[in-house]
Amino acid sequence: MTPRRVAIIGYGMAGARLADQIRRHDPTGRQVSVTMVGAEPHPGYNRILLSNVVAGSMGIEDVLLHQRDWAERNAVDLRLGVSAIGLDTGSRQVRLTGGSTVDYDDLVLATGSTPWIPPVQGLLDDRGSLAEGVVAFRDLNDCRQILDSAPVGTPVAVIGGGLLGLEAARGLTGRGNPVTVVHQVGHLMERQLDPQAGAVLARVLRDTGIEFRLGRTAAKYSVGKGLELDDGSTVEAGLVVVSAGTRPASELASAAGLDVERGVLIDDELRTSDPHVRAIGDCARHPGTVSGLVQPAWEQAAVLADLLTGAEPSSRYLGTQVVTRLKTRGIDLATMGEVHVDTDCTDAEVVRLEDPARGRYAKIVLRDDLVTGAIVLGSPDAAATITQLHDRGIPAPTDRMALLLGRALPSGVESAGVEADPAALPASTLICRCNTVDKGRLVTAWRSGARSVEDLVTATRASTGCGGCKAAVGSLCEWLTDQTPTPAENPRSWAAT
Amino acid sequence: MPVPAALTRTSTDTHCPYCALQCGMEVRTAEAGVSVAPREFPTNRGGMCQKGWTSATLLTSAGRVTTPLLREHRDAPLRPVSWDTALDHVASRLAELREQHGADSVGVFGGGGLTNEKAYQLGKFARVALGTSQVDYNGRFCMSSAAAAGIKAFGMDRGMPFPVSDVAQADAVLLIGANVAETMPPFMRHVLPAARSGGLIVIDPRRTPTAEQASLHLQPAPGTDLALALGMLHAVVADGHLDHRYLADRTSGFDQVWRIAAAWWPERVERVTGVAAADQRAAVRLLARARNAYVLTARGTEQHASGVATVSAWINLCLALGLPGRPGSGYGCLTGQGNGQGGREHGQKADQLPGYRKIDDPAARAHVAGVWGVDPDSLPGPGRSAYELLDALGTGTGPRALLVFGSNLVVSAPRAGHVAARLDALELLVVADFVLSETAAAADVVFPVTQWAEEDGTMTSLEGRVLLRQRALSAPHGVRSDLELLQGLAIRLGQPAQRFQTEAEEVFEELRRASAGGIADYSGISYDRLRAGEALHWPVPGVDHPGTPRAFLDRFAHPDGLARFQPVDHTGPAEPPDAEFPLYATTGRVLQHYQSGAQTRRVPELLAAQPEAFVEVHPDTARRAGVHDGQWAAVTSRRGQVLARVRCLPSMRLDTVFLPFHFPGAERANLITNPALDPTSRMPEFKVCAVRLAPADAEALPA
Repeated sequence: MTPRRVAIIGYGMAGARLADQIRRHDPTGRQVSVTMVGAEPHPGYNRILLSNVVAGSMGIEDVLLHQRDWAERNAVDLRLGVSAIGLDTGSRQVRLTGGSTVDYDDLVLATGSTPWIPPVQGLLDDRGSLAEGVVAFRDLNDCRQILDSAPVGTPVAVIGGGLLGLEAARGLTGRGNPVTVVHQVGHLMERQLDPQAGAVLARVLRDTGIEFRLGRTAAKYSVGKGLELDDGSTVEAGLVVVSAGTRPASELASAAGLDVERGVLIDDELRTSDPHVRAIGDCARHPGTVSGLVQPAWEQAAVLADLLTGAEPSSRYLGTQVVTRLKTRGIDLATMGEVHVDTDCTDAEVVRLEDPARGRYAKIVLRDDLVTGAIVLGSPDAAATITQLHDRGIPAPTDRMALLLGRALPSGVESAGVEADPAALPASTLICRCNTVDKGRLVTAWRSGARSVEDLVTATRASTGCGGCKAAVGSLCEWLTDQTPTPAENPRSWAAT
Repeated sequence: MPVPAALTRTSTDTHCPYCALQCGMEVRTAEAGVSVAPREFPTNRGGMCQKGWTSATLLTSAGRVTTPLLREHRDAPLRPVSWDTALDHVASRLAELREQHGADSVGVFGGGGLTNEKAYQLGKFARVALGTSQVDYNGRFCMSSAAAAGIKAFGMDRGMPFPVSDVAQADAVLLIGANVAETMPPFMRHVLPAARSGGLIVIDPRRTPTAEQASLHLQPAPGTDLALALGMLHAVVADGHLDHRYLADRTSGFDQVWRIAAAWWPERVERVTGVAAADQRAAVRLLARARNAYVLTARGTEQHASGVATVSAWINLCLALGLPGRPGSGYGCLTGQGNGQGGREHGQKADQLPGYRKIDDPAARAHVAGVWGVDPDSLPGPGRSAYELLDALGTGTGPRALLVFGSNLVVSAPRAGHVAARLDALELLVVADFVLSETAAAADVVFPVTQWAEEDGTMTSLEGRVLLRQRALSAPHGVRSDLELLQGLAIRLGQPAQRFQTEAEEVFEELRRASAGGIADYSGISYDRLRAGEALHWPVPGVDHPGTPRAFLDRFAHPDGLARFQPVDHTGPAEPPDAEFPLYATTGRVLQHYQSGAQTRRVPELLAAQPEAFVEVHPDTARRAGVHDGQWAAVTSRRGQVLARVRCLPSMRLDTVFLPFHFPGAERANLITNPALDPTSRMPEFKVCAVRLAPADAEALPA
């Protein structure tokens, strides 16, 4: 059998994942031959980890998706440092820079996206490239450039207060650069946050040393000086990082006549308008998801690998429930689903908790007991639980407030035994789990003449297992001693309450 | 109960009959009866749990079997017979089957509670007297995943390659799927120092008594531990805790592992596991900043169809932090059954010969055959693993007869309803036990055997220390030791009597020779050294060798001396919840019962404390399912249904129910468990399956 020839254009997170998944089903390449085209001269890298590189906690080698000999070990025909410049769907052939071609049975576009550069005077030079001192926070080269051109202490301006802009800003403050974020909307991450949450987040980030100019747009950039904003104020910056959004890289598809509308249009089999061309990741547009995140790309890659290898011909991509996490040290933010619903909404239940001074904000939107949206800032346990309820459609617990507060930590009987007033414990309180001894049995033993800790232990075996309740037995003994009437005193009742 | 000092008495130092902690105890015999009391010993430091305190009860229990029992045909009742009658009957049936259907028509099933001598003799009996390859044991259901992962990473599997008491010196301890506060309570004495200094981390889907004492409890969804381990490994690297020097000097294979872990950033792991990314990082920070740290796994993380990969992932985490093979730190598996460690070393496992040798290794076969005085070519090859063996019983290709020692399969095997049906399909089921367990009750022949206090034998505890359990009293009339039983059968099968000794010490002498030069080398251990109180951890390759309390300090057991990172990725449970079966079920233990409960359910004090099966469930989940606290519920999976009394617990995950597996009949948790097997260890997936919860049918309720 001749293997099915699959060509993947783009060695990013989507393309690399697809190749991995194909090889998981077909390790030796008997069913599917894979040709991978990557424009950059090195293996694909994990974009999620780029802010770690900026912050200095990881090196460039650490974020590469594959080892250098990956292609060889996995029977992948890897073409690095070349780009696809032409696609002929009739003859099923891709033309690459340098003049070579790739014939395919199935072509997969995984070309990703390119940064959108806002029309700010001076950001682009005469040739239409980014001006000196301006960088888009998108790829490994951008990281290198940030590290090279902004030594510690250099003030940096970030254009864009969305997820990636904030992660870049946090990475830069983490390595010691003063950062100002210019964001044209009145609050941060406006797609994923309501205004109150945006305000709490800004407050938290300010505490880490980031300054904000919210509701402002940059009007002009001058090399060596920085930004001039639309209100005439200035932001001093030796480096400007642009993180104002992306555009799907769909030029190849457009030129080949495929249907493109804010992304290459795909169906549930990741198929474009040409039956032999599929698309996944940021370059693609499926009605069930938003672009710009890794999770949909990986889910699409898994489905496509099922289909291309024939491992699961009925596999379909039906969309992704996106959860957005701000991945920066010390700040825990998760948002998902419908977040722009307020507490006065009549057809949904909204619960909200706000503690701005401590950087906490939590809001859940529920319909029929199911979490349909949430923002959780500064409460990691709650975020984890709420995310699982949302992802898996599990009805929320009736105690909504406890859910927002995070994992309830009911203290166990042992610690109650140690810390609580022995008098206040019911007789059935288990004091020693290892030997099933409750307070009642210890009291009974006392009444039968066991008047010291040692005697109580001998009589009941309490504390002879793990030894963890020794203190509890001690304090019970003390309490019993105190309660025992001496001849001079009035008898008091010391029955177990 | 302590015996009044005025009575004359004798006292024998021994060890508790139950778990692998092998608490030091003394057995006191007096006119008033037999009693036990804890004694000072490193593993228990004078402590003992309720199971241990009440263990003497079984010696004189009315539930004891004291005469062989035999049923004439499948529908006849079990009737008392003489030993000779029972032995003759069994031996002639076995010989017949072998004659007609070949040696593999007879299977043998052992247990991790058997002494080293019994485990050794049982494997030899199977290979030599029966000539069958079909021998395995219940340790396959216990430690096999950790054992396989340990061998892959370190080249050797000794559950804890350091003394238990070392743990008390650590300022951070991570327990994964280990509820030691209930399963081996005195072990908590070693963990409490870390707990008190804020360094105890527990990973468990339930808020167990152990988790309640932790300063950090991570509560993942069942079956997602591997993802959690990858997230924590990611945090080790991202947060700068990687031990680069250790990596370079003592390990190989990190780069490949990192490419996998790099894709599991903690926020992604959070969505899979439900464990907050911040908690993953906090746990890593505690371990990394500790001067000394231990990571210990147990059944909760091991009993999965991906058990070996999961344990490998935890070991990868330990290696990244530079813990194994460093004094005062390390990785260990908490072995469960009393002789779970020794039981996996001496050849009752389908693929093994004594000394932790592989049965398909020609040199190993030659050595062991030499000790046994047989032709190496006469030894069978590897047989079926435990569940595969049980699944094949009475099927035409599988065994037609099964001999069971120290195991109560009807209650403890996965998919227990199916296993019980397979046992029913046998032509001959023989059980050796000291109580009429559920499996014994289903047998054609039952042999009454001695208990721990009535016989000599050695056990190898969870720290790899070989212990002598000395006989303290004589057995009831009519009861014989397993060694005597094996000899009785062997002779009738045409073996020379001296090939199957009945004195434990003599068998041990032979075991020493058989293990010499193997990984688990016992050749330097003698009863005399043990009687003299020497603390001997294997390997002990010579009589002058002091033993190996701490392995791996200089090198790991692979030829290159390095520990090997294992590239493993998360796949998830074999049976995820769906619309029909929307909840995870997980199974486990309670303090008062041991394994299938065959012993502990016959101790009135223990049964009174935990008399019946229960299902722990979040109150909201219970309400949605229409079940109420204190009432009976039915928990149903694709394989069956178990009845249990509802216990509402707010600390439960909304998506998970928990059942203890110690109870019989309709209350057997294993009626629902999933026999999906790990590809390497053949461990079934006891710890997670998909179920639904509903009120129990009134008619189906236990009486």
